[in-house]
Amino acid sequence: MKNKLLLFSIGLVFIITFIIFYKGLQNTNIYTPETKISYEVPFVSVKLFNSNKIVNTKEIFNSDNYYLLNIWSSWCVPCRKEHSILMELTKNDNLNVIGINYKDTKKNAKNFLKELGNPYDEIIFDDKGTNAIEWGAYGVPETFLINKNRIIKKYIGPLTNNSMEEINLFIK
Amino acid sequence: MKIFKLFLIVFFIFPINNLKADNEVLKNKITKNLRCLICQGQSVYDSDSEFANSLKTVVDNKIKEGLSEKQIYSYFQSKYGEWILYDPLFNKNTYFLWLLPLLIFLIGGAIIFKKFIKKQK
Repeated sequence: MKNKLLLFSIGLVFIITFIIFYKGLQNTNIYTPETKISYEVPFVSVKLFNSNKIVNTKEIFNSDNYYLLNIWSSWCVPCRKEHSILMELTKNDNLNVIGINYKDTKKNAKNFLKELGNPYDEIIFDDKGTNAIEWGAYGVPETFLINKNRIIKKYIGPLTNNSMEEINLFIK
Repeated sequence: MKIFKLFLIVFFIFPINNLKADNEVLKNKITKNLRCLICQGQSVYDSDSEFANSLKTVVDNKIKEGLSEKQIYSYFQSKYGEWILYDPLFNKNTYFLWLLPLLIFLIGGAIIFKKFIKKQK
């Protein structure tokens, strides 16, 4: 009797382990960690692209309006693609588009804007790439939707028509 | 006079060099414990990607600002989450992770001890 119980429990353990591992096989192995990231706008001093003035981000994101912060660079190919979407979004009155010019030269950035148009109300010049780190960014392009000093939505990679629709829904 | 000159040279050169070397060692230590998030499998120290290079500059700046190693880690953790640290911090989320090996060791020891005592009896 005791032997049978032992055999049964060992068998059960094996079956359960097998099921767990078998289920694990079907899981995706791309690991995206759940993280507790602060969604507050970082208040740091930044250099403005046009005037070379040093200001605090507090002064840039000062109204209750919606802000779209876009990290871009003239050497970044996907940024070219999403530029038409930014041009479309900037027509919106209750959305201010702010750019962070990431690891770029002024000359190239100006040419880029001359060629494709300038959707930005204000551009932050970040030639060392340290400012993007303050925002928790990985690279270019990356876009943050901000309201009342909080980051509501984060888009990693170029904006698409779908994300444009989503942003339009938010700011309505 | 010669000795005085030599003394001056030593006095001015050594402290600066020492300070720089210290910073460099600390910077290397910190960047080796930071995961390069866009080139997984590499630390920020190893990587030469744009992201890693910016991170190195930020670490440099933070050391110059006088932040301690721990403060720098918690700064990056607040920006990117705990995933960026190779060495997870000891907090209530990681108690289990850190104490599990110790726990297993103790349980194993207890089992061996029990068997040993039983045999002796």
